[in-house]
Amino acid sequence: MTTTTMTHDEAHHHDAPTGWRRWLFSTNHKDIGTLYLLFALTMMFLGGASAMLIRMELFQPGIQLLDPDLYNNLVTNHALIMIFGAVMPAAAGLANWMIPMMIGAPDMALPRLNNLSFWILPAAATMLLLSFIVPFFPGGGTQINTGWTLYPPLSIQVGMSMDFLIFAIHLLGISSVLASINIIVTLLNMRAPGMNLMKMPMFCWTWLVTAFLLILVVPVLAGGVTMLLFDRHFGTSFFDAAGGGDPVLFQHLFWFFGHPEVYVLLLPSIGVLSHVIPTFSRKPLFGYHSMVGAMLAVATIGMVVWAHHQYTIGMSLGAVTYFMIGTILISIPVGLMIFNFIATMWRGSMTFETPMLFAVAIVLMFTFGGLSGVMLAVVPADMQYHDSMFVVAHFHYVLMPGAVFGLFAGVFFWLPKWTGHMYDERLGKIFFWTNVIGFNITFFPQHFLGLAGMPRRIVDYNVMFTEFNVLSSIGAMIFGLSHLLLLYIVIKTIRGGKKARSRSWEGATGLEWELSSPPPFHSWTVAPQIK
Amino acid sequence: MAADNQGNKKRTTLLLGGLVALMFGFGFAMVPLYDLLCQVTGTQSIAIRAGMGKGPAVTGEIDKSRLITIKFDATVNPNLPWDFGPEIRSMKVHPGEIYAVNFVASNRSNSSVTGQAIPSVAPWQATPYFSKLECFCFTRQTLEGNERTDMPLRFMVSTDLPAEIRSLTLSYSFMRLKPGQEIKNEQQTLPAIATIN
Repeated sequence: MTTTTMTHDEAHHHDAPTGWRRWLFSTNHKDIGTLYLLFALTMMFLGGASAMLIRMELFQPGIQLLDPDLYNNLVTNHALIMIFGAVMPAAAGLANWMIPMMIGAPDMALPRLNNLSFWILPAAATMLLLSFIVPFFPGGGTQINTGWTLYPPLSIQVGMSMDFLIFAIHLLGISSVLASINIIVTLLNMRAPGMNLMKMPMFCWTWLVTAFLLILVVPVLAGGVTMLLFDRHFGTSFFDAAGGGDPVLFQHLFWFFGHPEVYVLLLPSIGVLSHVIPTFSRKPLFGYHSMVGAMLAVATIGMVVWAHHQYTIGMSLGAVTYFMIGTILISIPVGLMIFNFIATMWRGSMTFETPMLFAVAIVLMFTFGGLSGVMLAVVPADMQYHDSMFVVAHFHYVLMPGAVFGLFAGVFFWLPKWTGHMYDERLGKIFFWTNVIGFNITFFPQHFLGLAGMPRRIVDYNVMFTEFNVLSSIGAMIFGLSHLLLLYIVIKTIRGGKKARSRSWEGATGLEWELSSPPPFHSWTVAPQIK
Repeated sequence: MAADNQGNKKRTTLLLGGLVALMFGFGFAMVPLYDLLCQVTGTQSIAIRAGMGKGPAVTGEIDKSRLITIKFDATVNPNLPWDFGPEIRSMKVHPGEIYAVNFVASNRSNSSVTGQAIPSVAPWQATPYFSKLECFCFTRQTLEGNERTDMPLRFMVSTDLPAEIRSLTLSYSFMRLKPGQEIKNEQQTLPAIATIN
């Protein structure tokens, strides 16, 4: 690998817009990546605030703060904001920042499309917020009390706030599809000479698969919510039994999107992990080819097991058996990934900087979430756990470590590259421990609550569940507030700190570490040669 | 890497755009495909569940040793201005014996309205063993303005009902019919599939 020094770049971009134009008209992958990440950070606090309200309400049995519809609206918002507003944009931000640098390209393939796909997001977020605000006004209709799954017939009966939400989902979908197209075109056409697909960094591979998943499933969700809109306003009966429709069809459409979406959230973080663990173990990634294969297997099987979210709708024995076996099969390639990560750490000279701490936490806690997932995949068991707090505990154990911790690891890992400053390692570690401990106090008791029979998405609960709920709420406050520390660390790192070298971490390998920290305006103006 | 690369990018972009359009269409294609799939695999869609009860023949043999609890449930679709419900909430029956129960329907509106009920049995595994010998759900029902009427049901639970089923729920959803529309619920011993025309 040759190193190209980039000091001649000033003359090249003297006409780059400044001030607010720099951001609004940006076609630069780094600026757009930054915008994505800042947007995600904002949304994370918004989604987090709704989660804190939920946990405050659940601190004691009875109805204290929120009336039931408002509570369910917050549950809906928490899910949609976190998934579409926080995790997906954050992953897209990492992709924007890192992919051109990793594959030796000057920028993304379709820079204007890139600008569009970001700037749709604030509009979508506004629509989403309007859907929450509208019911507070006279004539605004009822609150969205369906949860993020938007199942009819309830979602057909909700007031006009549902229309705002449907358009918000359309916009979010358009944004992520455009971003996905851009990423695939970049990865397929802009790689440095000599970098064939099987030499591509793991993070790029995970995003290639993620982007394909998004292109395959997001349009189906868009179709589903469009039908919902038609049922609400244009007299069609896609989901209305009285007109010959079937509400269960919506569940199929939703989960055809909803299940692969889980891998959309997970895979970019697996990509980050595949860089963080080798760096801090000072060993190359164990089993690169098997990782790629496992990921493709996960994505493929993941596309055809969606109905395990709907075991209780009364499918035939043959159908549930198929979905059960398919779902359990996924644990094989996922297990392979986990073993590869462990094998990478095996006998490595490990050090535990903040990104690595998050990586180790992922390997431990994501595996735990995966195990409770296998429990839920088993049909007779799921009939008991369905719609209980056990499910809530399960998917938070999968999504927090699987997706969010991976993003945290990525942010800490690449912050020195982005800003040119090292973050405060001591604060990073404090953040890690408060975050992880807070998370476990919040969600571990919810397993017991679910097994004891506490249903989810209900504002009130039986007094017998009080103790674990109190514990969970206290954990949620620690967990939620810990993110203020993240905000502080990020701001502090942007403003200054120890200068970061090009290769910010001793064991880091890859093209992105050949560029200066922070990197030049156009990443690789001369494509590097890959041997 | 300028010119030919631009062409490649354009081609990939267009292909991916086509894939997006295709998948959006696939979402809509799921509507007929789903019904088809349900019919082929016997997956329980509402349209099929209504036609599942291809009741067993009445043999006259009565199993006095078993008592099955039958619960009655009634739902009226919001598009129908009726009140509708069973006279009794539940009853205990012997398999093989024929029972009768009345449902009561009344029209809240001042004009004549036509509707039809769609039956379903839970747990669905019990559906083939529950036969309706006479049911208001076989035909469309018209109630004049403010009319109130009894709707009779005569049914029998088969002696072949699996032993683990000790109670089952018979549920009716009443739907409004447009003029000329009829829901073909099952007639006895016919494995008909309900179609909504």
